[in-house]
Amino acid sequence: MIANTLPKSLIDNPRLDRWLDFSVPGRAGIRVGKVEIGQGIATALAQIAAEELDVGLDQIDLTAGDTDCAPDEGMTTGSLSIEVGGASLRLVCAEARAIALAAAAARLNCGPQDLSIDAGAIAQNGKPSGQDYWTLRLDLARDATGSAPPKPASAYRVVGQNVARRDLPAKIFGGGFVHDLVRPGMRHGHVVHAPRIGMAIAGLDLAAIQRAAGGRVEIIRHGMMLALIADSPTDLRRAAFAADTAIGWNGLPPLTADQQEAAWLPTQPSRHGAHGDANQPPPGTRITATYSRPYIAHGSIGPSCAVAEFRDGRLTVWCHAQGVFPLQAVLAGGLKLNPAQISVRHLHGSGCYGHNGADDAAFDAAAIACLRPGTPIRVQWRREDEFGHEPVGPAMLVRQDGVLGPDGALRDLTTDIWSAPHSGRGGAGNALTARTQPNPCPPSPVAETSVPYPGAGTRNAIPNYAIPAMRYRHHLVPSPPVRTSALRGLGAMPNIFALECFLDECADAAGQDPLAYRLAMQPDPRARDVLTTVAEMANWSARGPAGTGEGLGLAFGRYKNTSGYAAIAVRVSVDTEIRLLEIWCAADAGLAINPDGVIAQLEGGIIQGASWTLKEQVLLDEAGIASRNWDRYPILRFSEIPPITCRLMHRPNDPSLGMGEATIAPIGAAIGNAASHALGARLRDLPLTRAKIIQAVT
Amino acid sequence: MTDPIPLSLSVNGRVVSLTIDPTAPLLDVLRGPLGLSATRYGCGAELCGACLVLVDGVPAYACTREIGTLAGRDITTVEGLGTPDAPHKIQTAMLAVQAGQCGYCLSGMQIAAAALLARNPSPTRSEIAEALDGNLCRCGAHPRILAAVARAAQ
Repeated sequence: MIANTLPKSLIDNPRLDRWLDFSVPGRAGIRVGKVEIGQGIATALAQIAAEELDVGLDQIDLTAGDTDCAPDEGMTTGSLSIEVGGASLRLVCAEARAIALAAAAARLNCGPQDLSIDAGAIAQNGKPSGQDYWTLRLDLARDATGSAPPKPASAYRVVGQNVARRDLPAKIFGGGFVHDLVRPGMRHGHVVHAPRIGMAIAGLDLAAIQRAAGGRVEIIRHGMMLALIADSPTDLRRAAFAADTAIGWNGLPPLTADQQEAAWLPTQPSRHGAHGDANQPPPGTRITATYSRPYIAHGSIGPSCAVAEFRDGRLTVWCHAQGVFPLQAVLAGGLKLNPAQISVRHLHGSGCYGHNGADDAAFDAAAIACLRPGTPIRVQWRREDEFGHEPVGPAMLVRQDGVLGPDGALRDLTTDIWSAPHSGRGGAGNALTARTQPNPCPPSPVAETSVPYPGAGTRNAIPNYAIPAMRYRHHLVPSPPVRTSALRGLGAMPNIFALECFLDECADAAGQDPLAYRLAMQPDPRARDVLTTVAEMANWSARGPAGTGEGLGLAFGRYKNTSGYAAIAVRVSVDTEIRLLEIWCAADAGLAINPDGVIAQLEGGIIQGASWTLKEQVLLDEAGIASRNWDRYPILRFSEIPPITCRLMHRPNDPSLGMGEATIAPIGAAIGNAASHALGARLRDLPLTRAKIIQAVT
Repeated sequence: MTDPIPLSLSVNGRVVSLTIDPTAPLLDVLRGPLGLSATRYGCGAELCGACLVLVDGVPAYACTREIGTLAGRDITTVEGLGTPDAPHKIQTAMLAVQAGQCGYCLSGMQIAAAALLARNPSPTRSEIAEALDGNLCRCGAHPRILAAVARAAQ
């Protein structure tokens, strides 16, 4: 059974009619706050609604992310859309169904137990009753109680089935994105962003910008903002490129080469937090190792885009933000408007993987639109804007210091984590263009704490293993050289990379097999299941000796220690580069709403995480981010993708676990362990490039 | 910047006549005056493949290709490959194997795949990977896109 307690989204939005209506005959109007960001959530939520209402999936009209009509579910982050959003929607729909049955029973003078629903029509003892959701005129203007029991998993007919993504056909046939929205009279806008926050325009050649656009660009100065508007995107882009070189910036010292490396972090002032065992480590065999990940980019294939319109005192913004209500608040604060004046509507964008440029592009469009009432303004960031101005994923450095007992088991673990902030949103002052408005809001101070659950830089810092004593120290470096914020998994990837590589190092030191070593310290049967399953898939028992040039490695992670379980095994060959030969994954999602959708998320996390591991690092120059197109920020390509097999544990009676970030963390360590097995030498600093391999073996 | 000139070209089998800045990229012409939104802006520098179209059957980057070089040429975009009612086999296959997460890269993928299948009706996995190697996907839909091309080749 699904636990029948009120989840956060429902507590925050108790009114049933905020979530659903039956105002269109034959249709169930469903509204949610969790939005489609490429992960397939719109389809899975529709499955949950169809299941509990007993309507067809094709009768569901889903609106996701709309400040005018949809519930406020905050951000679509943290792999919580099924765990919290889905759990809320399930209770809402179960309650609506119960209300409908009670109303029909009263009308038909029978008991609800005599009634059933199919495709929204109500049958009495199996025969049509003439009643349905639409004839009953249900009063849903009331608060949810959460008291209507949802269906047991054994009764599911839509949930748990592989269902095709509802949004995919439109995208395959050429539409479906906010990028495709055209409003009457729409013009194209661009805000010139400083190479780094805090820089100001020192010199400006307006004529050069005009010349590049053939005189067809409107140049706006407003506060400290410099914006361009044109009728043609071609003219606008030319003016924007001209602006890149026509402006001199000052106000900040040049960056230095060492600042782009994670190793720079411990040299900086930091805020300290600690958690865990207060005692000193016991005596024993000590092993220490330090691991790192540099700054990395979200790297959405489609640069951020939004359309904004200010008309009759109201601002409407169409965008691909992860949270329409949080963005509404940012826009209100940053543009000195009342939130009630602002409608934010989510439309699909390119995959975002966290806090990319979506909110900033939306703010850019809104800021320009407010200066040109009545004219819709479309902003699409250039590739150079996206790479150059998105908040990047924080660099992290993680030092593991372990004590092994006489049996070789890890008795005590001290982890030191140096990290830039993972939460860069935090209010109106944190939008790029908000800082250039007249009377700007001050930037919000870094609010990140060192709490273990769910953590940010400390996410997954606590090993999901039975270690007798562990403690971590979190050293938050609040002023990194470039803006940082949430990227898929937050600290989970660097932390699990460090932990799971370290466990292999401990196993080596103890002369034990890495799988057996993990199993000996793993009491959770679900974790053991995915580990032993992936070992079987990868034929782990036939694993050869180290140092042959070919390696097999594995790693485990349970995202946030509360969400999905994943174990991954990787086979590689290494000469001067790492080549992925095959990847296997076993995962436990609890009840998988759309199993094929879960598998797609597992595959996607594996490939994105492999790309981070093997290739990715944001490069800096004196001004700011220098890796501003794919030639300087390479990612994994088709020719580098090995066969990947993912298997889901069958657990339909356990609550659903978020799976969007389940594989992004363990894949890095699995590759690191496989490559180290192949080399007979340890690789600890991401990305695992040719230079790192040569360094490790010489 | 150049003064507008008249030019004609074929887009998805239809002759189109425009008076236009010949240095404008094909991408802006498709998405703007021609109202064809499938061809997508990704990088503006021939580095990601999101904007691929067929020019006389050969994949070309619409983000950099100047419209003035295309007079009399035959352009095919995703809208010309197929429609929901009459899909191209790569479109059918992509839907069958759910070969997409965010879907933003899929237009370029379809163009690269269609060109491959036209010249090599039964490609191997490595031939497919090679043909798509200039197309970037960030979501990690690669295994399914590879499977879709293989399925379309059957």
